Amino acid sequence: MAAWQNLVNFLGPDLARIVVGLVGVLALVQVNALFLVWLERKVAAHIQLRIGPKEVGPFGILQTIVDGIKLVSKELITPRHVDRKLFVLAPIAVFLPVLVSFVVIPFSERLLIRDMNVGLLLIFAFSTFNVLAVLVGGWASNNKYSLLGAVRAVAQNVAYEIPLLLTVLSVVMWSNSMQMSEIVASQSKVWHVFWMPVAALLYLICALAETNRAPFDIPEAESELVAGFHTEYGGMRFALFFLAEYSNMLIVAAVATTLFFGGWKSFPGLGFLPVPGLIWFFAKTYLLIFVAIWVRWTFPRLRFDQLMNFCWKIMIPAALLHLIVYAGIIKLIH
Amino acid sequence: MANEFLEPITEQTFYLNMGPQHPSTHGVLRLFLKLDGEYIVEADPVIGYGHRGHEKMAESHLYEQFLPNTSRMDYLAGLIFNHGYVAAVEKMTGIEVPPRAEYIRVICAELNRISSHLLWFGTYVMDLGGFTPFLYSFDDRENILDILDRVSGSRLTYSYCRFGGVSRDVDDEFITATHQFIERLRSRWDDYHNLVTKNVIFIHRAKDVGVINREVALRFGCTGPILRAAGVPYDVRKAEPYSVYSELDFEIPTGTKGDALDRYLVRLQEMEQSLHIIEQALERLPDGAIKAAVPHKVRPPRGDYYFAVESARGAVGFYIVSDGTSYPYRLKARVPSYGNLQVLTEVLPGTLVADTISILGSIDIVVPEVDR
Amino acid sequence: MSLEDLKEKLSKVVEPGDMVPRDYEKDGCLLEIKARAEQVEAVAKAALEADCFLESIAAVDFTNGPQIIYQFNSCTSISRVLVRVQLSRGESVVSIGSIYDAALWYEREVFELFGIRFDNHPDLRRLLLPEDADFYPLLKDYGKVHAFRSTEDIYGE
Repeated sequence: MAAWQNLVNFLGPDLARIVVGLVGVLALVQVNALFLVWLERKVAAHIQLRIGPKEVGPFGILQTIVDGIKLVSKELITPRHVDRKLFVLAPIAVFLPVLVSFVVIPFSERLLIRDMNVGLLLIFAFSTFNVLAVLVGGWASNNKYSLLGAVRAVAQNVAYEIPLLLTVLSVVMWSNSMQMSEIVASQSKVWHVFWMPVAALLYLICALAETNRAPFDIPEAESELVAGFHTEYGGMRFALFFLAEYSNMLIVAAVATTLFFGGWKSFPGLGFLPVPGLIWFFAKTYLLIFVAIWVRWTFPRLRFDQLMNFCWKIMIPAALLHLIVYAGIIKLIH
Repeated sequence: MANEFLEPITEQTFYLNMGPQHPSTHGVLRLFLKLDGEYIVEADPVIGYGHRGHEKMAESHLYEQFLPNTSRMDYLAGLIFNHGYVAAVEKMTGIEVPPRAEYIRVICAELNRISSHLLWFGTYVMDLGGFTPFLYSFDDRENILDILDRVSGSRLTYSYCRFGGVSRDVDDEFITATHQFIERLRSRWDDYHNLVTKNVIFIHRAKDVGVINREVALRFGCTGPILRAAGVPYDVRKAEPYSVYSELDFEIPTGTKGDALDRYLVRLQEMEQSLHIIEQALERLPDGAIKAAVPHKVRPPRGDYYFAVESARGAVGFYIVSDGTSYPYRLKARVPSYGNLQVLTEVLPGTLVADTISILGSIDIVVPEVDR
Repeated sequence: MSLEDLKEKLSKVVEPGDMVPRDYEKDGCLLEIKARAEQVEAVAKAALEADCFLESIAAVDFTNGPQIIYQFNSCTSISRVLVRVQLSRGESVVSIGSIYDAALWYEREVFELFGIRFDNHPDLRRLLLPEDADFYPLLKDYGKVHAFRSTEDIYGE
């Protein structure tokens, strides 16, 4: 307690809270990556009639830690003709903005690092850094495959941001605020997913595209471009890209939970159970992530021009139409 | 005073090498592509990375000694190559094969065809990004490999046929296991069709992609599912019936357009037809000897001979020139993947790089048989 | 197109004496044609008109020179035809790549394995062997050879 008092006196209450929160977020992100890698491997294995990791630890839980040790112990090879500064910068730039986005996610009623009144905007602003970092990584690698992968990733991400933002705009209109805690509060009676299921579906599809997950994983398509924009990266740098992808999935699922599925509120009708909001939040988030993993291992991937056509010709008109229709409905209700 | 201007850039093509080590070119195939952005302008398959000189080897080996080599040429359809080679020499020498051996050969050849198509199915969908059907098809394929392992001793590269018959007899266990396998595979068709054939994403990747019509296919000498998907019902088992195929009843599935989806459907239907053939053959399996009495070193009369069989990829032919001794004078294996691969030089230009994978996968090439 | 049509078209190009019927059951082909190097293109054109496809091009090395065997087949009926062209060492043949695209690769293979050059071939480089190979492996004076015979020993003429 004395240490906390000292910290608060030194930094000021707000800043102290943010520092502690960021440390907690870092811990969360690492544990999440550990858990998600294991979950993905187990789910993939069972879908494919296999078992997955089972040797290291009970049910293979410690497999990720062992893989992490292996990755950390690898030599960081920097190929000769790469742009050194950018090459080293790219994995860091991919990972850092994701951490910042966690600042505004409402994990429970009081577990919110900073309740900004433009919280949603902050998240989407920082998620666009991902695009920049991917382009930098692909360009700096001085490799045709990487460049092709990076160019595709940029085109895909930029294209799918538009329907993403349009659907989120519908939710913002409905709950009258961009503040994350207010959005959760406006779902106290009925979750948004029951009012606007189409928006939830569109958001989930765009989320898969933004995080470069199958069936939208052309930028890292193994069988076409070896490994896409992270072909030249090895060891811990590769691990950072991986970490960033899983953290991105967590962010996107957390935002979906907050916007559509009631955030930390309990399932409708089960409010009497003495389960803290934090558990409800994580249960819903991980359920969405499970669905994303399920989709990945079921469907083949779309060809790139089909992907872009799908966005420009189907997603954007749908999102626009949705926005107009719900604007009309809101006007009628009030 | 004239100003000097830079030459305007008219060509923005660059070369992309889908090198011999690539997750999707099955085997050591190198595709040298000239790209304009994402479109292919020129495609040049470079082969020869697996050239082992089988035809030269044949000239200094006895006919019996060359038998294992035939399996290594196309390792996915090893039994069919075995059958073709052995039947070629039998025709040359005039050796009669007992009917039981003929039926056993047909059953094993069809099982081999199914296992080759199952592997193609898994790897094709895996190249397109759907990783799961690969494991399902390999699970089914394990059954076939176990059955053939029990009777011939090897799982992939067989030397099961002998001049005059086969080397070992099949027992009741083989017959029950085969019946069980047929039932199990038939129950899987629903899974495969629901998971892959009806999947919208897969159809988008395969429909109207890599159209090889009748004229192009015949110009390049393509045979097998490519020609059948283009609408030509040419199958060596029906056009030049060998072994006991004339007594068995089966259809030749054909397509209409010749795109990747047609080739995919033709191969799936071929698997079903193979199951039908195996059922009939098992029913009619006669008793008797499994190998005719044949001299220790077979010595075909002088002259040249040709024999064709239908492999999983097309028409395979063995052209043997004999000088009367027990060593072949010249042996040429006509392999279907030769024409099938060469057709890429015509089909790829104008398509996207991402379609290369789909087209290459749908053509089903085994590079060692091209390289021999 | 049936065999009779093919025979009729070919009889305009080669002498009837050069067209030898063969026993399909034993030899696997219906007709054998002995052609000279200059007649190859005309024979290929006749086969194309008879709706045949090129199945394979093989070559065999004899003491009196290499021999190229063209094989045509049709998908409508059994009509495998072997066209045999006897050459001397160093003689070249006109490429039929302009008539049948399949011939392009077969001729490259025959060139690299036997050293027979094909005139007017658009791209005669090595296919299976490395580009800088300077030997022709399937000739009977290269490597381990069991027998080197003449056409008389094998075909009796």
